[in-house]
Amino acid sequence: MLKKKVAMLLAAAMVAATVVGCGGGDDAKTDAPADDAKTEAPADDAADDAADAPADDAADDAADAPADDAADDAKTEAPAADGELIKVGIINNDPNESGYRTANDKDLQEMFCEANGYEADFQYSKKNDEQITFAQNMLTKGIDYLLISAADTAGWDGVLQDAQAAGTEVILFDRVIDADESLYAASIVSDMEKEGQTAVDWLAGQGLDEYNIIHIQGQMGTAAQQGRTKALDEKVAAEDNWKLVVQQTGDWNADNAKQVVQSVIDSGEKFNVIYAENDDMAKGAVAALDAANISHGVDKDVIVMGFDCNKWALEELLAGNWNYDGQCNPFQASYIDEVIKSLEAGEEIAEKTIIMDEKGFDAKEITQEDVDNYGI
Amino acid sequence: MQKNEVKKPNESMLSRMVRHQMFIPVLALVILAVFNLIADPAFFKITVGQNSSGNMVLQGFLISILNDGSELAILAIGMTLVTAASGGQDISVGAAVAIAGSVLLRILGGGNSRPEELAAPIIVAFLVSCLVAMLFGAFNGVLVAYFKIQPMIATLILYTAGRSIAAWINNNELPVITDPSLGYYGGFIPGVPIPTPFFIAAICVAIIFLVLKFTNLGLYTQSVGINENSAKLNGLNPQVIKVITYVIMGLCVAVVGLIKVSRISTINYSTIAKDIEMDAILAVALGGNALSGGKFNMAASIFGAYVIQFLTSTLYKFKVSSDALPAYKAVVVIVLVVISAPTVKEWFGNVTKKFKVKEVA
Amino acid sequence: MKDNIVLQMKNIHKSFPGVRALQGVDFTLRKGEVHALMGENGAGKSTLIKVLTGVYSKDEGDIFLDGKEGPVAIHSPQDAQKIGISTVYQEITLCPNLSVAENMFIGRTSGIGQNWRKMNSDTEKILKSLDIPATATQQLETCSLAVQQMIAIARAVDMDCKVLILDEPTSSLDEQEVEKLFKLMRDLRSKGVGIVFVTHFLDQVYEICDRITVMRDGQLVGEFEIEKLPRVQLVSKMLGKELDDMSDIKGEQKAYERKAGSVPVLEAQGRVSDAGIKPFDFHIDKGEVNGFTGLLGSGRSECVRALFAADRVTGGTIKMNGKPVKISKPLDAMKNGIAYLPEDRKGDGIVGDLSVRENIILAQQVLKGFFKPFSKAKQYEIADEYIKLLSIKTASADTPIKSLSGGNQQKVILARWLFTHPEYLILDEPTRGIDVGTKVDIQKLVLKLASEGMSVTFISSELDEMLRTCSRLVVMRDRKVVGELSGDDLNQSKVMSTIAGGDK
Repeated sequence: MLKKKVAMLLAAAMVAATVVGCGGGDDAKTDAPADDAKTEAPADDAADDAADAPADDAADDAADAPADDAADDAKTEAPAADGELIKVGIINNDPNESGYRTANDKDLQEMFCEANGYEADFQYSKKNDEQITFAQNMLTKGIDYLLISAADTAGWDGVLQDAQAAGTEVILFDRVIDADESLYAASIVSDMEKEGQTAVDWLAGQGLDEYNIIHIQGQMGTAAQQGRTKALDEKVAAEDNWKLVVQQTGDWNADNAKQVVQSVIDSGEKFNVIYAENDDMAKGAVAALDAANISHGVDKDVIVMGFDCNKWALEELLAGNWNYDGQCNPFQASYIDEVIKSLEAGEEIAEKTIIMDEKGFDAKEITQEDVDNYGI
Repeated sequence: MQKNEVKKPNESMLSRMVRHQMFIPVLALVILAVFNLIADPAFFKITVGQNSSGNMVLQGFLISILNDGSELAILAIGMTLVTAASGGQDISVGAAVAIAGSVLLRILGGGNSRPEELAAPIIVAFLVSCLVAMLFGAFNGVLVAYFKIQPMIATLILYTAGRSIAAWINNNELPVITDPSLGYYGGFIPGVPIPTPFFIAAICVAIIFLVLKFTNLGLYTQSVGINENSAKLNGLNPQVIKVITYVIMGLCVAVVGLIKVSRISTINYSTIAKDIEMDAILAVALGGNALSGGKFNMAASIFGAYVIQFLTSTLYKFKVSSDALPAYKAVVVIVLVVISAPTVKEWFGNVTKKFKVKEVA
Repeated sequence: MKDNIVLQMKNIHKSFPGVRALQGVDFTLRKGEVHALMGENGAGKSTLIKVLTGVYSKDEGDIFLDGKEGPVAIHSPQDAQKIGISTVYQEITLCPNLSVAENMFIGRTSGIGQNWRKMNSDTEKILKSLDIPATATQQLETCSLAVQQMIAIARAVDMDCKVLILDEPTSSLDEQEVEKLFKLMRDLRSKGVGIVFVTHFLDQVYEICDRITVMRDGQLVGEFEIEKLPRVQLVSKMLGKELDDMSDIKGEQKAYERKAGSVPVLEAQGRVSDAGIKPFDFHIDKGEVNGFTGLLGSGRSECVRALFAADRVTGGTIKMNGKPVKISKPLDAMKNGIAYLPEDRKGDGIVGDLSVRENIILAQQVLKGFFKPFSKAKQYEIADEYIKLLSIKTASADTPIKSLSGGNQQKVILARWLFTHPEYLILDEPTRGIDVGTKVDIQKLVLKLASEGMSVTFISSELDEMLRTCSRLVVMRDRKVVGELSGDDLNQSKVMSTIAGGDK
């Protein structure tokens, strides 16, 4: 009987390794331009760069506008010089994994369609070896571009070499892999540390007398958790009036977060900031605050911070119930499209690692338009 | 059910107590309580405060434990029956909760992910989710009973696929219900100071005890679990009884789905009720029930569930660091499991017996 | 060692807690003979074989083997195999998903290397020499059961065995397959292998064996040459009843007379189940006690199980009190007033962890229905009543049944069925493995119940118990009903000669 129980515990431990939060790519450690850190009104940078396209795509999410403007844009220029469709193979994680992934997949699906000059083959798995098999099958069939969001960082060398031999260009998105830079054309990632830094800078800008923070971490060891924790840890170590009341993992889970906050409330300790590493956990924390009638949001007792920019979370910001939400940009399709066009045009890709623009939203400044554009 | 100990006159009171099935969970609870009491007497303070919707509600650690332990207690009911009849465990519980919750939200939202108002009364949505969860339970049960697949393997199917099914039910949307009435089930009903999940758990517990008293569910499941051949020759249909326990498990899952979804008014398919099956199985084991099936003690399982929640809350309270949290829990679990192992219990009993003999001499 | 003796076991003793399984047993096997080891349940033949093959260690006694100086020590099945003793069991213990050749050589190669070609060609040679219809590269599970059995034997023989033990090899084979197996056995015999053959089938013994050793209750009854031991003698020796002992036990039970025109309580026609018995007819009248008799494995239990639908019923009709009824599962039988106390008390009877009380009420509770449990008070009342009635020795009604002695467990199961107030009670070996006092109690109870109008079918491996209680005996041999005895025919010699069959 004992054996059975031990086996079960092992099973539980194994299970713990399956769910990954936003992004999850390791080692996206390229230095972020410092001036970017301050939160800007999103309208400001909606200018002419690539970040514009995902916004359009996101707008399509809301049931109102069909996918025409993004599509129109693309149609005019996309079909390659000879008028043939560009064949792309796309390997992604399970779209049901999280809201982030769902948005990411939708974005890719809308970009890589025939209307935009692409013939796309989508394959999904959260298992690395299955993904590798898919990739090899695609290479055998013959494709022009292979787009990979790898489940794991290791084991891809063979696939990348095969691709190179077959003349297929590889573009990594969302997650990086352990391979020589020469083996792929570009890698489009989020910078989790920058996300954390943006959030902490925003918090520092609130000018509180003292910061008593409940820090609810994501699943330990994931890139998103590590990146978002690092900036806060550094700030707390550096400043005397910054204090962590508790630092505890919520495993990305609202319920766990609620219990963590509940526990602090029950013990009667003072706190004025909740720094939750995703929206779900922020929501759980707020549930605990509500039950104890502790006010939260704009100009209230407790500042609530979340990440991922779920649409419902941005609505909470809009309503003034939360104070801040950090973006983890799932809209990589336009960046990829850009890269492919450059390659088709025979241009060199200057910087192999492309960091996406990611914003942080302040409840005082957010608009309905932001909610529609950036909510996932 | 607890009166089965043979009363041998020469057996000391102490060793009888030690052998009792409730001994381990009660001991664990006492240790945890004493530990907390010494560390912080305020642990047991219960205050009355106001919540954000203006209700007067009870607050304090104990209330939190009773509140947060509700889901586990309800699942322990189903898990106990499943374990007793089929000699194995249902590991698809968490995934099934995701499905039940997803169905609930789908009906409430009517396919719209951000409904202005409820598309159907909550009770209707709940009944539909019960039905769906019971169907999935029956699916597990049929695999176990008729296809003779080991329960853990059989339920592995739903364990793997369940969360994707849950996401598919809502087209990968995450519906958010703003209507406050949904929040009652995971929070407070206006004017009632006690958290609703506690009431729901209490009702479930009351129902299962009434069912055990006024039907033969206990006798049948135990007979099937202990000796299937014998049960068959006494006119029982072991297959049907096993399926029934999985269907009851499904019902428990649907109730938990309602509470979970109500707590946050939305759902996250990948994290809702994550790993809860392991805690539910642990509750059954902690209650001194053999995971190989057969005889069970429902009260001990339910008690075990609250002990686990007590442990979790204690760990949160003492701010055990995130990295070490699973390790602490594992150590405590290993200790509990080891001391409730029959051989250790036997040894423990012998030691206390010797102790008694010396005392007399 | 005397010439042509290959194996000699002398004065073997083996005890288990509470049981003296072997008490000074001798056994001798000669080169080139097929030697039957016969005995009823508990005779000790399987213990003897397990001692010989090293599964059990003996308490006392010596084993001598041809070509070895002094007694040999056998501590494990591997030891036994090394010195040339191989066993082939009823269940095939080979690997069905490997090839025939792999099965022949598995676990026998030293080192890592394996010459596959040589292995296959060697296998072909062996198969050919023993005339086994299989090829070396064929996957084992594609062979018929008999061929698999023969391959297991070939493997044993190829390992240079001098002693081959065949433990009930024919149980799952049909007649033609048995013929093939026998041909192989004859071949081996002519090659000088000594074969120990354990079987329940009398016909097979007389077809192939040269010599018979009979055991009973852990003791040696004797070793006989086959020609000198007529069947009826063999049966009498196995059952421990002297044929000339004509002082027949005829107890209180009066000779049964069928009343003209009376309708039987139960009448079965062509009843057959999937447990391997031939279809049979059967009837029992009100207040009658009858029985199925036959050697172990003759199918007597399977018959009553078929009546109760304990096995899957595959044919036949049943009438209760003249009315046709459908009995396709135990609950049907119970609803028609049939009760069945199974042969395997531990496996089919008791629900070990449940209390005496719960075990007593179980069957009636099932009949009463899911939503109508007896109240606790009522349960205790019932339990106390039956504990008193059958004088069950238990600490309390709440004691788990598994902590009771065998006899008392049996009484609890009996109480369970009596509490259903059956019209027809089937008792399959109710007296096995229980103390003498309880045996007598149970026999008396059976007669008392019959006198109160209950019909009882009683099965026991002890013939005198049957004769003492039954007024009619259905005799079985090799899974067939071969006769029915009542009245004056109901005596030991007649029963044994019917069991033995044949004209020897």
